[in-house]
This record gives sequence, C-alpha cells and structure tokens, in this order.
Amino acid sequence: MIDTRKNESVFVSGDEAVALGVRLSRPQVISAYPITPQTIVVERLSEMVEDGSLDAKYIHVESEHSAMSAAMGASSVGARAFTATSSQGLLYMAEGLHYASGGRMPIVMMNANRSLALPWSIFGDHRDSMSMLDSGWIQVYVEDAQEALDMTIQAYRIAEDPSVLTPFMINLDGFILTHTYELVEVPRQKEVDSYLPPFSTPNKMSLETPKSMGFSTSPADNMEFKYQQHKAMMDSMEVIKKADKEFSEMFGRSYHGLVDCYQCDDAEYILVTAGSVTGTARVAVDTMRIKGIKAGVLKLRFMRPFPEQEIRNILSGAVSYGVLDKDISFGYEGTMFTNVNSALSGSKNFPRGMNFVGGLGGRDISVQDIEEMFIALQKCPDNAYGDYIKSRVSFVNMGVNINE
Amino acid sequence: MDKPELKDFTKPESIRDYPVGPSFYGGHLVSVNSGWRTFRPVVALDTCTGCFRCYLVCPDGVIAKTEAGKVAVDYDFCKGCGVCAHECPFSAIDMVKEDISE
Amino acid sequence: MSSNRITVKNMTDKEYFLGHKACAGCGGSLAVRLALKVFGDRTFAALPAGCMSAVGFIYPQMAFLNNAIISTFPGTGSMLSGMRAGLDALGVKDAHVVGFAGDGGTADIGLQALSGAIDRREKIIYICYDNEAYMNTGVQKSGLTPYGARTTTSPAGNNLPGSVMQKKNLFEIVAAHDIAYAATASVGYPQDYLNKLSKAAAVEGTSYIHIYATCPTGWGTPTETSVSLAKEAVDSGLWYLAEYEDGAFTLNRKPKEFFPVKEHLLKQGRFKHLKDSDIKVIEEARDKKWKRMLEKWN
Ligand SMILES: Cc1ncc(C[n+]2csc(CCOP(=O)(O)OP(=O)(O)O)c2C)c(N)n1
Ligand code: SF4
Ligand code: SF4
Ligand code: SF4
Ligand SMILES: [Mg+2]
Repeated sequence: MIDTRKNESVFVSGDEAVALGVRLSRPQVISAYPITPQTIVVERLSEMVEDGSLDAKYIHVESEHSAMSAAMGASSVGARAFTATSSQGLLYMAEGLHYASGGRMPIVMMNANRSLALPWSIFGDHRDSMSMLDSGWIQVYVEDAQEALDMTIQAYRIAEDPSVLTPFMINLDGFILTHTYELVEVPRQKEVDSYLPPFSTPNKMSLETPKSMGFSTSPADNMEFKYQQHKAMMDSMEVIKKADKEFSEMFGRSYHGLVDCYQCDDAEYILVTAGSVTGTARVAVDTMRIKGIKAGVLKLRFMRPFPEQEIRNILSGAVSYGVLDKDISFGYEGTMFTNVNSALSGSKNFPRGMNFVGGLGGRDISVQDIEEMFIALQKCPDNAYGDYIKSRVSFVNMGVNINE
Repeated sequence: MDKPELKDFTKPESIRDYPVGPSFYGGHLVSVNSGWRTFRPVVALDTCTGCFRCYLVCPDGVIAKTEAGKVAVDYDFCKGCGVCAHECPFSAIDMVKEDISE
Repeated sequence: MSSNRITVKNMTDKEYFLGHKACAGCGGSLAVRLALKVFGDRTFAALPAGCMSAVGFIYPQMAFLNNAIISTFPGTGSMLSGMRAGLDALGVKDAHVVGFAGDGGTADIGLQALSGAIDRREKIIYICYDNEAYMNTGVQKSGLTPYGARTTTSPAGNNLPGSVMQKKNLFEIVAAHDIAYAATASVGYPQDYLNKLSKAAAVEGTSYIHIYATCPTGWGTPTETSVSLAKEAVDSGLWYLAEYEDGAFTLNRKPKEFFPVKEHLLKQGRFKHLKDSDIKVIEEARDKKWKRMLEKWN
C-alpha cells in the first residue's frame, strides 16, 4: 500500500537533497559563493530559480563574506535567507557568523565539511565547522542525504522559533555525503508548508516600526545580549526535540533529537561519532556484537547546543568510550573529545575515554579501523593510568609509522 | 515622530525586558548633548533674514525653521560647533560663552 | 534645473539623524543628515563600522529615525543587496536602500563588496563620506588619505611628509563599472549635494555619491570651518564636483582660478608640517588631474 503521506523518491546526491530541502522551505533570498564540494547545491538552486520552481532571489555575491552579509541584510528586513559554503569559505565568512548569531538572524546555511588549507585539500573533515563552534550557530551533523534534506526543513523551523532566533548550520561530510547518490524521499510541499509556516518576526526593520539594528553596547549592557544568545541556544534543545517529534508525526521519519544511539543500552564500549562515519561505525558494532563484545555507537547529531545531559546519561554507564574526531585542536585533542569529556566531568561515574583522530583531509575510515577502536577501548581500562594518559589521543589509519 | 526624541527610559530590570538581540526603536534618545558646548549659538532675530543657510549646514540638525520665518536652536542637542554662526551670511548668530556656573 | 528640485526652502522639516554622538562640527554627520532628508521615511540604511555607525547607535540612544543597521566593516555593499532582495521578496515598494560608509569602509576593506553590488545593478544608493582617514580607530591612513596628510600611521617627520600616496581614484573606479549614476560632492556645496541625492534617489539601478566630509577632530581644524573648508577644498582644486551618467563624465564646477593650495592646507593641523616642496608635489598632482578632467570630461 502506498503511504499517501509520502511523495516520490528520487535518487540524488547529498548536495541535491539539500537543494530539494531548501526549495521546500521556500527561502526568499539565497546568496552563495561556489566552493567544492558545496557547488552542486548552489547550481541546483540557481536552476530552480531559473525554471521558476523556486520563487527566491538568487544573489550572485562576490565572496563568502558577502554571501553571509547579504543573507543578513535579507534577514534584517524579515526575509527567509539561505546560504551554503565549505572550508575556506566558512572561515572567510567567520566575521559574519558571529554577526548573524549576535544579530539573532535565523539564517540557514549548509556547510560541506572540508579540510582547511594548508596543505590544500578538497576532501572532507570537520576542522572547518569545529573551528566555528563558538560562533553562536546551531550545528547539526547529518549522516545521509535523507537526513540532510529533512534537517534543512527542520532547520528553519528551529532557527525561526521565537525562543531561538539563532542561525543554523547543517554539516554534510564533503564528498562522502555531498557527492554520493542515495534514494531520498521528498516530502510534499503542502505538508512542508504546514510544518514550516512563513517566517515572521518582530525583530526586523520595517516601515511600520523603524528599527535600529546591529547596534553597539557599552559594557553595561553587552553581557545581557550575550546571555540571551546563550539562553536561546540552550532553549533550542527542547525546540529541536519538538521539531523532530512533529516531523516524524508528519513525515514518518525521526532522528531522535540531539543524539542517536545504536546498541547503547547495554553497551560497555561506546564510540561517539558525528556525520557519515556513523554508518560505518554501526557495521563495526554489528561485527563486534557477533564476537560477543558489547559495542555501541552514540551519534552526536548536534554539536551546538551540546547534548550534555544525553551524553552523560549514555556514556556514564559504559566501561570506556571513544570519540572519533575528524578534527584536531593542535596541541591538545579533538574538539568533540574535549566537549564529551566536559559533559562527563559532571557524572559520578566517569569512564575512561580515548580520542581517535581520523579522516583528516579525506583519509578513509574503514569498518576495520573502527573495530580496532573498539578493541583499544576494551584494553584501555586495564592500562596503568600513566600509559593511558599518554595514549589518550591517537591518530588512526596513518599511512606511515609514527612510533619513532 | 518628526525627529528622534527624548524618551523616558529606565534600564531593564529583567533580562526579559531587553530587546531580543541588538534591535531597538529608531529615534529613541535618552541623553542630550548640551553638555558638550563651550559656546552657544544665539540668533539675533532682528538681523536674521530667514535664509536658512544655518539650518541647511547644521551637522546636528538642531536648527528649526520657525513660523515667523526665522530659526530656533534646540539647545538640548546643539553641540556648539559654530558652523551656523560661521556660515550665516548676515552675521545674525553669535557664539556666546556658556556660563558653567549656571 | 528642474522645478521640483529639493532646496533648503522646500525640504522636509523632519530630521532623521539627530542626537548622535559625532564630534561637534562633523562633516560626515552633515552628509548623512542631508541625505536622509532627501530620501525620507522609506529609507533602510546600512552603515559599516566607522564613525557614523559608532556615533549613531549606542544602546539605548538611537539617533536614526528611519530603519538603519550596522553592517560589517567590509560588507556594506552586500548587506545592501540582501536588504533590497529581502524587501523585494516581501513586496515593500518605493523604499530606498542606502549605505553610508567611510572612505576606509569604501575604498579599502569594502571595495570588493561595493564592486559586487554595483555589478549586480540593484537599486541601491551608496554614499561614501570621505574624511580621508580611518577616523573611528583614531586617524589612520586609508586609501583615500591625500599626499602629505599626517595620520597616526603616516606620521610626518624628518624622512616622510606624512602620507606619500595620492588619493585612490575611487570615483573613476566606481564609474568604470558603468554604474547607473555616480557623483562626487562636498559638504561645502550642499545644494549641489542635494541635487545629486535627488538624482541618485530617482535613478534606476545603482548609484554612488562620494562626498568630501570634513573631520575637525582628525584634521585638526576649527569646528566652525567644517563647511567653509570643504568648499575651499573644491575651490582649490584638491577636490572636484563631478558626475558620471550614461557613460559620460561631467565636471559640475570649473574654477577659473584655484584658491591657493598652501593657504588652504595650512589651515589644517594634518598639513601644518608641509614644506613648499611638498605643496608643489600636491599642486602638480592636482594640475595633472585637472588637465585630464578638463580635456576628457564635459
Ligand atoms: C574587519 C574589521 N577590521 C577593522 C575594523 C576596525 N575599524 C572599525 S572602524 C574603522 C575605521 C573606519 O574608517 P572609515 O571607513 O574611513 O570611517 P570613519 O571612521 O573615518 O568614519 C576600523 C579600521 C573593523 N571594525 N572590522
Ligand atoms: S543663516 Fe543667519 S540669516 Fe540665515 S536663517 Fe540662519 S541666522 Fe537667519
Ligand atoms: S552650533 Fe553647531 S550644532 Fe549648534 S546649532 Fe550651530 S551648527 Fe548646529
Ligand atoms: S572623528 Fe571626525 S568623522 Fe568621526 S565623528 Fe569626529 S568629526 Fe566626525
Ligand atoms: Mg574615514
């Protein structure tokens, strides 16, 4: 029987899925600048504007800084805005990221996760978006094209919620997601329209109520605005959960809120992942389970707001946990690891954790690599503490011997 | 409103009373600029011809045209720059030292 | 001149930029004030970091009556594009989308965004108030600081005469985009400025006005001379009043003889140190520019 709640399925890349999600969300202004591996998104959107299937203004900006600046201009008068970028482009708009969040402009942006130069690499890792973690944007990391499409729609719903009014970054692993073709269900426009009403905010410039926006503050007021921003981000957790629940009621797909667990209930060894590698990790969990090892995966969907409570609840029951970071904060450890540890520091039972830094600049992470992580996690609680500290951070799948 | 105006304003007591983000009403003034002045422009109404040169060039927009076809200075916001007096073709404006003891 | 031109007699009594914290005698604030009186209520303004944004929006003191937003320092042009696109999408008609940016925010860090905006041919008005340095950060040299001007980063001493570079030729750079309308102006010639503002408001497509705007604080000049000095700059040939329309340049004012450069410059603290040889360099550059303008422009 055909489920009439669903529309057709199409075979598209992650980038195209985002473009379809954007079209369904009816943005009024799109401003973007091309960069691999984001380009397909802006190409598809341009085509949609050209063929009339998307009623939006596409602004051909001359840089990413201007892409964000134009999106902010549109948002400041109350229009729904979209942009997309990656890597160097994300850094080039860094000023605008903080600006948009401080301005409480609910812009939605797709970021194709890509390595940062130098050395140049067009391939994926999370160092671009992780370096922007403090910019005040909600950050979701999706696992497949379907989630990319669905989260694009949810992103507007969450970002524009009056209690949130915070910009939203949807992260897709470069090439692995952006360029891989998958079968994706495309929701019906009518249903999306009822899920996502038109953007309306009193927080804009208008002829009825002229406003001064983006003003400056003295030290006597600045912290209050920063507190508001923080509170909005914290409050967004409930909005995210509600958006997910209502989305699943309407479209039949749930992503389980801030985190998504696989076999975590009785797991002794849990690997924390983000993005596309989660699928690989699930396969590794299955093979570990066959071997009788109680493995599980915690997919960290949101990096901001950070699901502290969920992480604490799930990981504190484990014997040990690993965090697979496609990122390294040079001189310390992966950013996800730092954040997960910080969440756990509040729990009575703080299991031992290991940080696996992998996938930098597009390096492959195989099922076998992840199995080895679980094996390391099994060993790690037995290590003498000193050894454990020394080996807490390891680079996985290096091409050469680094143990000199 | 015909121009930005002084409003009664008390600092918000609760975070809820703050605007959502840096967004506030246009033309909402809470403080005057009169304290900046060392000299105040005084218009000699009998010399003033109502040419409105001073009105045109006042950087602060604090000179108004009066019904009598002359000009009046809003001393709340005049900074005493002296442009008006310098530009008046009829020398109808005097810059007079403010009496700080006042 | 058309009969519906805006003059001091018929302009609106409304004030849109009042109660701000610009220094006394600030030419930039006069440029903004007059522009808004021409553009009126239906104006959405963007101002990048710089003096006019710094003095106009300090919470809770909001000196703009109309809609206004501070843009990023480099992003005025693109923010204006976004505002225009947003207003179009929302069906807001007959609104002016106007940028007010300093010389640094226009000729240096904002040039890319300005170029993009002009290139897109949107109906936006961009006004550069040129006070010839980065004033808001304490008078540093910009691409529009003239030769010989002392700034905090182009100090004058035994080895250097202040800035050793001539002003970037921004007006012609803008015109080279084949913009719909561009003009230069001076706060010393307010009626000429009003005329140009009216034209910019009426033109289809992008328009740009570059207005010379005195800064008593940064220039070391008496506050009361802010208008007369800006007039003198034009009369001495160090600035010029011109327009670019339909591919052609027009010089609006051709002084029969120039006001003496030396006398003009020595009224300003930033030029007090200049030697006669420096003044000669300035005059030669002026004469070269005027020769070209008089030959090539209407
Ligand atoms: C990206 C960035 N770089 C530098 C600054 C610091 N900054 C703020 S205003 C300013 C000077 C502005 O000069 P100009 O555009 O000429 O305007 P003015 O202050 O003279 O009115 C500078 C350098 C900034 N705000 N943003
Ligand atoms: S410039 Fe002088 S004469 Fe003209 S209106 Fe002002 S005060 Fe009167
Ligand atoms: S002194 Fe300056 S601010 Fe005061 S009225 Fe005259 S021109 Fe305006
Ligand atoms: S420093 Fe110059 S430009 Fe800035 S407010 Fe003062 S006078 Fe105006
Ligand atoms: Mg300047």
